[in-house]
Amino acid sequence: MRLKTRLIHHPGSVCEHTGAVSPPIYQVSTFKQTGVNRHKGFEYSRGENPTRRVLEQYIADLEGGVDGFAFASGMAAISACFMQLRAGDHIVATEGLYGGTFRVLSRVFERFNLTYTYVDTNDQEAVERAFQDNTRMLYLETPSNPLMVITDIGRMAGLAHSRNALVVVDNTFMSPYLQRPLELGADLSVHSASKFIGGHSDVIAGLVVTKDKKISSGIKQIQVSVGGILGPQDSWLLVRGMKTLGVRLRQAQESAQAIALWLCSRSEIEQVYYPGLDGHPRAQIHRRQADGGGAILSFRLRSSIDVDKFLTSLEIWTLAVSLGAVESIITQPSRMTHASYPSELRERIGVTDHVVRLSVGLEDVDDLIADLENGLNGAAS
Amino acid sequence: MTKPKTSSTECVHAGAKPVELSGPIITPIVHCAPFAFDSTAQVIEFQEGRSDRRQPEYGRMGNPTVVCVENRLAALEAAERAVLFSSGMAAITSLLLTVLKSGDHVVMTRDAYRRTREFTASFMKKFGVDVTLVEPSLCAIESAITPATRMIFSESPTNPYLNVLDVEGLGRMGQHRGLLTAVDSTFATPFNIRPIEFGIDVVIHSATKYLGGHNDLIAGYIAGRQELLQPLAEMRSNLGGICDPNTAFLLERGVKTLALRMERHNTSGQALAEFLEAHPKVERVYYPGLASHPHYEIAKAQMAGFGGVVSFEIDGDLNRTSRFIDRLELPHLTPSLGGVESLVEQPVVMSYWQMPRDEREKLGLKDNLVRYSLGVEEIDDIVSDVAQALDGI
Repeated sequence: MRLKTRLIHHPGSVCEHTGAVSPPIYQVSTFKQTGVNRHKGFEYSRGENPTRRVLEQYIADLEGGVDGFAFASGMAAISACFMQLRAGDHIVATEGLYGGTFRVLSRVFERFNLTYTYVDTNDQEAVERAFQDNTRMLYLETPSNPLMVITDIGRMAGLAHSRNALVVVDNTFMSPYLQRPLELGADLSVHSASKFIGGHSDVIAGLVVTKDKKISSGIKQIQVSVGGILGPQDSWLLVRGMKTLGVRLRQAQESAQAIALWLCSRSEIEQVYYPGLDGHPRAQIHRRQADGGGAILSFRLRSSIDVDKFLTSLEIWTLAVSLGAVESIITQPSRMTHASYPSELRERIGVTDHVVRLSVGLEDVDDLIADLENGLNGAAS
Repeated sequence: MTKPKTSSTECVHAGAKPVELSGPIITPIVHCAPFAFDSTAQVIEFQEGRSDRRQPEYGRMGNPTVVCVENRLAALEAAERAVLFSSGMAAITSLLLTVLKSGDHVVMTRDAYRRTREFTASFMKKFGVDVTLVEPSLCAIESAITPATRMIFSESPTNPYLNVLDVEGLGRMGQHRGLLTAVDSTFATPFNIRPIEFGIDVVIHSATKYLGGHNDLIAGYIAGRQELLQPLAEMRSNLGGICDPNTAFLLERGVKTLALRMERHNTSGQALAEFLEAHPKVERVYYPGLASHPHYEIAKAQMAGFGGVVSFEIDGDLNRTSRFIDRLELPHLTPSLGGVESLVEQPVVMSYWQMPRDEREKLGLKDNLVRYSLGVEEIDDIVSDVAQALDGI
């Protein structure tokens, strides 16, 4: 079956006991056994919950992995990947990582002697230079946040595997609808499912998908012992959201493409960062590994533009963090998502105050463009 | 009349206004990930801590439903603040990761929930943290302290042997030695003891158990002083093991009947323990409310009651004990505890089956041990069911 069909008809989409075409919400902590250790695969909901399992099998199916794991947040999912390592290990990661990932490495795992190097992960020489004898993980974001830098997943996975390092891809920006990292050579794919997968801004959740059973057992161990699990209600809301992942993302991507092109024509804009544009320096690589530019784009305003005035004059675009929702969201990464970065590092990787990130929602694209146009007109001095 | 033409913009935004609350007496469930700002100026004021706004920009850092419930839990614990997690284990692991770093040492009591002990002994060790497991006594704890020790962690009562610590003494020891004291009080609940009032720094709960009380949710929390809880809340934002709003709502709903349920658990637990102690087919009963319990005096002095978990050893081997369990008709055979339904388990089979016998014995876990978590059913029904099961073996 093709992906769009599998979005609707997936493992567990029909309740086998009742025929309900929406999976039941099992609001339960513990499961009765018929004899000691005789049960139906469920003992305690931190380990396994039937509603959560539907979600976990659903995402594993979409991403072509062997197992899925649902966590209380994207950060709980990402932390579970880092917890596969031990003190003394080293990580090579994409420069400009999501601020939360940057923060958990610098404020939590550094205290436990995990070290890391940030590089442009599509620069093969830079990646090779960054690899050390103790490097055990290559952690990629592609497109990167917020400047949409593309990494060739297959090529870098090959390099990492020749050095015995695990390859993790944060696939939040693309979702399985557009990009499936495991099929490209990654070992683990992680998601903030609060974004496109949930799609309605009403759930905080994270997902991990694994390539083989050995990796699964390490993630399972962390899920059950660290306990950052997703509850049944939120698991169900994600399953509900995923049914419309295809239609939502196709529409949002079409609008994002139109907005990117329109922004390119505006004199207030210095640069547009969107891998769906032919002019994006790594558009070819992105096209090979993903089915479109996605619904996130960023742009750099000229220094003469009053950013605050622009952001506050918008009427449809919601000023907020997060992305991947039905509502269009606008973010100033330097002060919001990437505020945890030291300012000099932010400057170096180009996340300055004049960079603005858009998460394109489902509103009419003409309304979205008209709103941006009003904002730009009022903010030009 | 013209044909209707509804745009996507209308579908997403038409008529949407932030909810104006008009005094609902029940905490609303706020299913929301991002929380909007009016302007960049407001964002900056918030980031710099100059605004009145308490709601963070993103639900992982804080959710209004969760905060309401945290405030109630803090009040119940006589603590300045409580922080809610997606499970008891998320609470415990986040605390350990907040307080400790590579090179540090922690003293932990041996008789403890298996996952807590395993996480510390394997995972924390992998990241350079050393642990010493000791018997649940102040003496044993004190003698295990090294210059690298940062924290003392114990359950009280412990799982599954219901050992009770002198929490006042433990609090004093921590203050005197400059060590953080953490007590997992899941078996007691704030109805039976408030460890904070005895000088303990942080109290930990698997709220899945008595606090939720209905076997229908997984959650955990830690309560204590603001200065200790703030870094923990930041750790929760970083590691992301948050409690979702729906679970928080169910927890609050459960907490409303905590006192009613605990009164019943306390009296029923005492009655079953006394019945078992007098029964010839029972070798030994572990319940702090029995005068035969080694910590009876301190438990009586510090606790309002002793809860609904009774552990006991059947006069017999592993198989005879299993037969007893399988003959019980009233309790569900399942792990967990603290709900309105009675639950029963044989710990070596339910939780330690994969562990070699000699290792189990090193932990003091006997094959004939039964852990019975009494629900709120009639005590006469519970006791007569246990009696018929004992008669049948």
